[in-house]
Amino acid sequence: MRGPEPTIYEISSPGRRGYTLPELDVPESDIPEEFLRDRLLLPEVAEVDLVRHFVRLSQKNFGVDLGFYPLGSCTMKYNPKVNEVAARLPGFTKIHPLQDPATVQGAMQLMYELQTYLAEITGFAATTLQPAAGAHGELTGVLMMRKLIHEGRGEPHRTKVLVPDSAHGTNPATTTMSGLQVVEIPSDKRGNVDLNELKKHLDDTVLGFMLTNPNTLGLFDEHLLELTHLVHEAGGLMYGDGANLNALLGITKPADLGFDVMHINLHKTFSTPHGGGGPGSGPVVCTEELAPYLPGPIVDVEEHDDHVHYIWKMPEHSIGRVKAFWGNFGVMVKAYTYIRMLGAQGLREVAENAVLNANYLQALVKKTYPVPYGFRTCMHEFVAQGKIEGAEDVRALDIAKRLIDYGFHPPTMYFPLIVPEALMIEPTETESKQTLDAFAEALERIAEEARTQPELLKTAPHEAPVRRLDEVRAARYPKLKDVPGME
Amino acid sequence: MTYIPNTDDERAAMLRVIGVDKVEDLFHDVPEAHRFPPLDLPRPLSEAEILAELRDMAEANADLDHVACFLGAGSYHHFVPSVVDMVISRSEFYTAYTPYQPEVSQGVLQALFEYQSMICALTEMDVANSSHYDGATATAEAVIMALNVHRRRRKRVVLSPTVHPMYRETVHTYTQGMGLNIVGEDAPLHDLKALADLIDEETCCIVVQNPDFLGRMFSPKEMKALADAAHAHKALFIVVVDPISLGFMVAPGRYDADIVVGEGQSLGSLPQFGGPYLGIFAFKKEYVRKSSGRLVGETVDAEGKRGYVITLSTREQHIRREKATSNICTNEALVAIAAAVYLAAMGKSGLRRVAELSYHKAHYAAQRIAEIDGFDLLSTWPFFKEFVVRTPAPVQEINDYLLDEWGILGGYDLSRDYPQLENAMLLCVTEMNDREEIDALVDAFKEIANGALDSTVRFYVG
Ligand SMILES: Cc1ncc(COP(=O)(O)O)c(C=O)c1O
Repeated sequence: MRGPEPTIYEISSPGRRGYTLPELDVPESDIPEEFLRDRLLLPEVAEVDLVRHFVRLSQKNFGVDLGFYPLGSCTMKYNPKVNEVAARLPGFTKIHPLQDPATVQGAMQLMYELQTYLAEITGFAATTLQPAAGAHGELTGVLMMRKLIHEGRGEPHRTKVLVPDSAHGTNPATTTMSGLQVVEIPSDKRGNVDLNELKKHLDDTVLGFMLTNPNTLGLFDEHLLELTHLVHEAGGLMYGDGANLNALLGITKPADLGFDVMHINLHKTFSTPHGGGGPGSGPVVCTEELAPYLPGPIVDVEEHDDHVHYIWKMPEHSIGRVKAFWGNFGVMVKAYTYIRMLGAQGLREVAENAVLNANYLQALVKKTYPVPYGFRTCMHEFVAQGKIEGAEDVRALDIAKRLIDYGFHPPTMYFPLIVPEALMIEPTETESKQTLDAFAEALERIAEEARTQPELLKTAPHEAPVRRLDEVRAARYPKLKDVPGME
Repeated sequence: MTYIPNTDDERAAMLRVIGVDKVEDLFHDVPEAHRFPPLDLPRPLSEAEILAELRDMAEANADLDHVACFLGAGSYHHFVPSVVDMVISRSEFYTAYTPYQPEVSQGVLQALFEYQSMICALTEMDVANSSHYDGATATAEAVIMALNVHRRRRKRVVLSPTVHPMYRETVHTYTQGMGLNIVGEDAPLHDLKALADLIDEETCCIVVQNPDFLGRMFSPKEMKALADAAHAHKALFIVVVDPISLGFMVAPGRYDADIVVGEGQSLGSLPQFGGPYLGIFAFKKEYVRKSSGRLVGETVDAEGKRGYVITLSTREQHIRREKATSNICTNEALVAIAAAVYLAAMGKSGLRRVAELSYHKAHYAAQRIAEIDGFDLLSTWPFFKEFVVRTPAPVQEINDYLLDEWGILGGYDLSRDYPQLENAMLLCVTEMNDREEIDALVDAFKEIANGALDSTVRFYVG
């Protein structure tokens, strides 16, 4: 394995150039001296060195295109290449967000249709495409709930948001950001929300409940209808964290189950790539009652003289915009392409196969590892424990790192928090039986290694560009940049 | 096409292992009355068919290959070198997720570390995070960070009226549950003294933009005076920047900014109808533990070799939950990598040249337009690449004429956000506008001055 890649500054040499620019074809104007900076510490590299640098870096990175990436809760499905071609059409990339609507009717049509499809798939009345990611959608949805309840319904005393103990960290963080208080609700023995505990908290201070369903254990709540009914009866609203929508496409519509508002992660369910951490897109869908509170503008249609015209429209009681412009349009193009290629039947097959793959893998994995809720049918993912009998020192972390040596990306570790030594495994529908078999076999072999040569796990990975990294040192002596000449 | 590899036989074998007869049996937890609803969606298309439809939709837009663009206002048409798309098209980068497993994510981590480094160099700040969603959300996050630095005890925010209107709106949206008192937006435009006078002991921060929304450049001296006014009250000084302007402009770190935010789209991304963009977020090191967003740090591996990890995560939602500094999780990593490639490709001389070209061309355009009867150059102040022109007719009418008759996308209609700027257009010129285009704009304005708008009847939709 090649050694560390130098940084871009380390390959810099004074006077090198990696660019060309047009000539100045107008007279120069004076730039007053006082505005001019005295230094600009950017690197100077030739194009060939720049390209080799970043290509070599890419070779130190694992992506879905290299192999199985069962990162639970993240839906690392295959990203179709046609999506990339679609999003790069010049008619989509070279348009300015503030152009006159008459000049961007194609882009607005795509957005309008995507709004409509997402509403149809989830059963809701209205959609905004503005949020840039799931957590951004959460903030959007919770602010909408807050405004409806505090202003629309005149109940400003409702300030509590109930969040299950299995929830993703963004749910409680969103609640605080919205100026509301989190109340954590425990889960029951079957991995559902504990209804008895829930009932204790359902009073007139409750604004709503944030629920991920299927939840982060990969389980569909067995009392969902009762739960949403109880929350509504108490005057609260149901927020749906749609991170796990991949399990529900064509299987059920969240709006029919009693959710009032929900975000969708286009970068999970609708096959848009995760980009090494982003960009994503987090559209929010909601009921008729919440629609006037959506951030805007959203795309609407008008008909004049037999022509359909797409227009921007600000919802009447909008919480306001949540970012500049209209949302991550490039990501929307990819999701649109995906939906149009799959159609209704295809989407249902996605969910069916995602759930089939997860249950199959669960059946294989639970022969070797504890799967605390493995007595239930899971949905699109399941949570195993990195505990191996006869190898008590070995932790989930060690197993995860050893999986790298077998050519797999590790599952999500140590989440959800309610399962000790959690390994959260989401295979997605785009993996074949062979891949799942190979992964289960690797896990079996690792369990065996754990008993016979635990050091192999403790010091894993052995086959990666670097060995295990010292995260404690990184946090204790933070080095967050390296610019020669800067402190 | 569903991208599902398994065949019916394989599925049958898998069902046997699970111990159920058919796939439908896996969904017994879903309430029966709501199971398997029909979805009313268009029929599935082949790749050829969808590409044809998408091409039609894309071609229904007037794109910048076919029209001359003088529109900026927060989204800019700067040149994107070919290397940028080549790098971010590497699927090792774009099909990965957040580098939670550093050993197999060194590529993304080092690229983001280099992005952070170059943003620090550009802004002369101590620390930059690895991205927020865009300039607007970065601005809102900066205000929240200032609130947190003051332990939420100070509730007043001074917000300059010439911060991008959409950023200001986003600040209001983000903080609507926090009981803030946001002041300053009705202050006279460009009156830094008036803004300084609004800072008091209750103020957690002041937010200004430089160059501001109207294109005005404030000198380091003016900015430093404002910084001092803020610091005299222990308020944080937040500056919104256009990163391209920093090609030659004095960096905000040099006039004592505490937090620097901005829209990074011009660093290697096309306008693409507003997103994905890049929220730049840099700050002084004393505030690092109150900051939001992911940070990549350098460390060593078990053999002492250099490597990179996500660090200081105890600020983040996945560890701190309701006490986190922000709820952000997915960010704009790939756009940040594009910015890193752009900054490295342009380097110190290239970025400066982009800024100078934009400056000279904008000033040429402004001078020529100022000579036309009925068009007044309102930007009597130092400006970078955007300037304000008072027009002899409503901006919408002028823009319709420019587009229909000249194939030109005119400037931004400032009356939308500033009632005092009726019939005022914000024009933007970059290195992408050649002299011929600028001269055509001038000729078009001359025709308007000669009454062209009265003589044409145009069809307008939208
Ligand atoms: C259950 C759950 N909720 C919310 C989120 C946040 O979504 P995003 O990362 O798109 O902001 C995630 C993402 O990982 C998640 O798994």
